[in-house]
Formats: sequence, C-alpha cells, structure tokens
Amino acid sequence: MHLRVIAVSPAAPTRLHFPSALIFALFVLCAPAPQSQAQDWVRTGTDLGVAKVRLAVPDFKPSTNDPQNTALLKTFNDTFWDDLDNSGVVELVSKSFYPLQTPAQPPDVTFQAWNAPPPNAAMLAFGNLGVANGRLTVLGWLYDVKNTQSPQILGKQYTDAASDDAARVIAHKFADEIIFRLGGGIPGIAESKIYFVSDRSGHKEIWVMDYDGANQRQLTHQGSISLSPRISPDGTRLAFSSLSKSGWDILMFSTDLNRLVTFPHFGATNLSPSWSPDGTKLAFSSSRTGDSEIYLCDPNGANLHRMTANKGPDVSPAWNRKTGAQIAFVSGRTGLPQVYTMEADGTNQQRLTDQGYAVSPNWSPNGQFLTLAWIRKYGPGEPGSSDIYLMDIASQRWVQLTHDGGHNDFPYWSPDGRHIVFQSSRSGREQIWMMLADGTKLHQLTFTGRNTQPDWSWK
Amino acid sequence: MERKNMKLQTLRTVATVACLAAILMLGACKKKAAPPPPPPPPPPPAPTASISVSPDTIQTGQSATLSWQTSNATDVSIDGIGAVQPSGSQQVSPTESTTYHLTAKGAGGTQEATTRLTVTQPPPPPAPAPSPTDEDLFGQNVKDVYFDYDKSDVRPDQQGAIQGDAQFLNEHTGINFLIEGHCDERGSIEYNLALGDRRAQSAKNALVAAGVNASRIKTISYGKEKPFCMEHTEACWQENRRGHFVYQK
Repeated sequence: MHLRVIAVSPAAPTRLHFPSALIFALFVLCAPAPQSQAQDWVRTGTDLGVAKVRLAVPDFKPSTNDPQNTALLKTFNDTFWDDLDNSGVVELVSKSFYPLQTPAQPPDVTFQAWNAPPPNAAMLAFGNLGVANGRLTVLGWLYDVKNTQSPQILGKQYTDAASDDAARVIAHKFADEIIFRLGGGIPGIAESKIYFVSDRSGHKEIWVMDYDGANQRQLTHQGSISLSPRISPDGTRLAFSSLSKSGWDILMFSTDLNRLVTFPHFGATNLSPSWSPDGTKLAFSSSRTGDSEIYLCDPNGANLHRMTANKGPDVSPAWNRKTGAQIAFVSGRTGLPQVYTMEADGTNQQRLTDQGYAVSPNWSPNGQFLTLAWIRKYGPGEPGSSDIYLMDIASQRWVQLTHDGGHNDFPYWSPDGRHIVFQSSRSGREQIWMMLADGTKLHQLTFTGRNTQPDWSWK
Repeated sequence: MERKNMKLQTLRTVATVACLAAILMLGACKKKAAPPPPPPPPPPPAPTASISVSPDTIQTGQSATLSWQTSNATDVSIDGIGAVQPSGSQQVSPTESTTYHLTAKGAGGTQEATTRLTVTQPPPPPAPAPSPTDEDLFGQNVKDVYFDYDKSDVRPDQQGAIQGDAQFLNEHTGINFLIEGHCDERGSIEYNLALGDRRAQSAKNALVAAGVNASRIKTISYGKEKPFCMEHTEACWQENRRGHFVYQK
C-alpha cells in the first residue's frame, strides 16, 4: 500500500519520520520496565510495525567493450549494494533469488520475474555502466515492479572521467537518490564523511574517511596529541583539541585550504569543541579559571563567555542539532561523570543519567534523542562495561544499543538520524564501528592502528 | 839621480793606481762593492741530544724524573720548561700525559729529541664531592601524589608527600616545575583530560597552601594519553592516577 504513496510523493507523511517511528517503537517496547535490566535485548522487536521495502539490485552490466569496465563495474556494484544495505530503509532481496536474465536497461525488465516469489521484490534497481573515450557513463533506474503500468520512479544518467573513485562516487549518488525516495524524503548519507582520531602515523592525528570506511586519509600533522574532531555544519572548518607546549588548545583546520587557520590560545586546558547547528557558535570546555567549565565563543574565538560554574569537571558539550537551543554536556559535579542538559544560555541545568559513569552525549538530528556512552555499574569490583545507549530526552527513558563486549564510547549520529558511529575495543584495539540507530547492522570501518572519537559530517 | 827617478817613478805609479782606484770607486758609487769571499771555516761538529723520563707512566699527583744529555750545543730548551742546562735532570709532575720536546742548538745545527710521560687517573678519585644539581635534588626529594579513581582531591595518605615536597621546594626557591595530571585507562578520553587537569590543579593548590609560590608551578593534563604502566590491573591503574612532578629550569 504505502509503496504507491512513495512513488507519487517522496515526502509522503506516512514515512517521513521513519527513524523516529522506529526508535519510538523501542521505547514503547521497554516502557513497562524502563529502569530494569530486563529490558536489554531490544533488537528482537525493532522491526515491529515497520515493513521495509524489498529491493532487488542485480549487478549493473557493461554498456561498452572498454577493458576498464570490469574493474569499475566491480567497484560500482559493491559500493552500490553496500550503500543500500547500510541504509536501513530497504530490505535487499538476496541475489540467489534473482532470475537468470537480469536487465541492463528498461526493455529488458520482465516484471513477473521480479514481483512474484521467489524474489517477491517491490522495487528493482538496475542499469549499466560503460567507459568510452576515457569517460565513464552510468545509467540507472529504479522501478516499482508491482506497478507495471508506470513503473519508473527514477531514471538517472551520470558521467565523469573514468576512475575507480568516480565509479564509487556515482554509486553513492545513485544510492542516495534511491534512499531519498524510499526513505521518506530524508537525504541518504552515502556521500557523508566521518572524521576521527588515528594513531597510525605514530601520533594521534585527525583523519577523515568516506562513511563506508573508504578513502581514509590524514588531515593534521601536529606531531603531538590531537583529539575530539568536530566538523562545522557547512563542512569547511574542523575544530579539534591539540596538545601544545603550553597546554591543550582548540585548533581550527580549514578543509578548503587544507591547513590550520588562526584561532586564539585561551590558556590552560581547552577541550572538546562542538558546533552549534547554525555554525555561528562553538561550545567547548576550558579550565582557564582553574576548573573545567563549558564556554561559548564565535567561530573565530571572539565573544568568549562562560556557561557553567560548578566545582567538578564540565566537558564534552553537544548542541541540540535541530533547535540549537540546548546543550548536553558531561559533569563530574556530583562525583562520577553524568550527562546533563542546559539551555544554550546556561540556565536550567538538568541531570539526565541516574547512576554509573555517563559520558559522550550526542544529540540526534531530529532533536529527540541523545546517544551516550554509559557504564551503568561502575566502580572497583564492578565488571561494568561501557556501552552505547539511546535516551529519549523528554521521558528520560533509555535503551541499550550495544551488548557485545569491549569498551564502547563516543557515539555520534549520522546526518540522516538512522545510523550511529562509535569507537569500540570489541575486536581488540579501539576501532571505529557503525550501526543502525537500533543497534543492528553493526560493522567495523577501520582496521589499522587505534582509531577513536568519530565525528560525522552534517550532510 | 837614478834612484831619485826610480823613487819618483814608484810614487807616480802609486799615485796612478790610487787615482785609478779612486776613479773606479767613484764610478761604482751606485753599486756595492762585492766583499771578498771569506775562506770557508772548518765545519763545526753537529750537536747531539737525548731525553728520557723515568718512570714513563705515573698517576696524577706523582712525579717523574726527566733526564737529558746534549753535546756540542750552546742553546738547549725543553718545550713547556724553557731553557735548560746542556745536560741535567728535573722532577716533573704534570696532571695529564705530556710529551717533552727537547731542542738543542749549536754551531753545528739543531738536534731534537722527545719523550712521553703518560699520566693515569688514580683508581677511584678520592670522593671528588660532586655537588648535586637542582634537578638531581628535585628528583630525589619531590614525590608524586597519587589519587583515588575518579577523584581529584589530595587524599589523607598523600598529605605526607605534599608536605615533604613543599618543604623541599620552600628550601629551593629557585626551582620551577610542572605538575602533570594523569588518569588510568578506564573512563573516557575527554572526561579524563578534565579530571587530569583537576588533579594537577589540586596538587598545585595543596603546595600553594603549604607556602610554595604559585608562579613557580605550571600544570598540564595528560588524561590517559601517557600512562606510566600499561597493565590492566588495579595496581597499575593506581600508578597511573597521579600528579607527576617534573623539574623545569
């Protein structure tokens, strides 16, 4: 039923709030016992009420005889499949169910072969790829195979200089088009970037990669310890914290100029920058008065003023990414660190977590949820593990998202609100992992060195 | 008459020769008259020289006897000693190995001779009293301060360390120093940096309260970025929860 709605209107209201609906279902599930430990394994119920679109994605076919086609097709097909698989909005039909003849262009489509079992697909993404005269051309279609009268939802053509990277980018772009149509009008994340800290050069430096772990490259060369990368909403500046001879400074890196730009040295220990969603303010923690407090300043460091004044460390501010009106942060004012929220002017400071060791809050793009890293049972002799949790701000109900051991920290939301990236030591050393916001589709993105503190671009 | 003539003739010859000589001398007034070459004297005998030292190896502070003989020399000298008798001996006690170089000059030429005296250091220098540097004293006397987990206040059992540190630092007011705040591996990177900052501040405040001038103290936090101990045990974690004092010039 709802498929027709999507085909007609990408912003169909019934699907618009897919992530919220999904996550809200989690809270409904655990509502009877919100504080008990028995509510843990939520993933058994996450798909209730939300039937995903069954999408068939046969490999794209060559459209020319160029020898480059084979390698580029492999890159394209792998990237395209992974993007759709990672998206969380479709259920990919296993290739073993596909008919022997798969289409390369619209006249090849035999509807009954796709819309009936065994594939029983609702949607079909197909197309072709070819290199001619050094140019790569990709033609792609998205068909509603149950609507045989006017099946076409998308028909796209992409052309670029033939390269592996171009094949990857085109796959990301076409996947994002499909995810936008099938995912309720929320833009996909296939072209987003993840910034993170890696020690693989011998020092902790800031690195960046594609959201799927491809194209990992080093941005900073400070040669000391650089931490807590935070990319600005427009993607042009990266704030981070770095150790200099005089202490920890906030530094500003221009992604346009590929170098550091001027930012004032405030003195003492300055940590954990965070951008307001409109990009006009930076929140961070500074111990310039002798105690770590949350400060705000302009993106050039001007108009510095203090937001908190409590004994005990206040660190790790995170803005409400939808409204820009609140800031979540971590405070040790009562002992072990807990997550608090306050208005963006510093008033109305509220504690959200009730026990344990709670750090690294990050606000969902829709403003409704926080993720955080939490050791619920913390202390000597307590075998508590640090896991990623999701908390509904309004009700302060929470769900545990990771269960698989290791130390899990620094969760960060994807721009579409469907994914969470975080660091985990479950595979040995700390690495960057990604999962859907319900804890499923968990997979590892980094494998070299120690990699920590992921930060997802805003689009 | 004849004799008179002869005499006169001789006079005239002498006068003529004298005149010629005068003319010659006048004519050669711009040129030096070449002296007549002296007859070569018989070659004088060449000088001989020898020098020795006994013993040829001494320890610092001991002396050795330097002896030398020369012959046919009028001018004998030893580098570093000066002019000496043509033959003789002398006590020497250099502080480091020395080569004695004798030069004997005489009418017959110059003769040189050398000998070397090796000076060794005495086995153990009898307590040369090395005055310890401020940095050594700092390292010996200033003790790190340890903290409870997730705590930044100086706990009672660390007060002794603080008092000892303060006493030393108040006696050595020229020393400036850095306090590094460290945390164990548990806990989160960002929070641990803030906690380490507080630990360093806390140790600083305790020292200031004990009379140490705050301007001598810098603080920095390393959080859990530079642990002292890498094991995952409580003993190791305690090692890493500390305020570490570092001497600065």
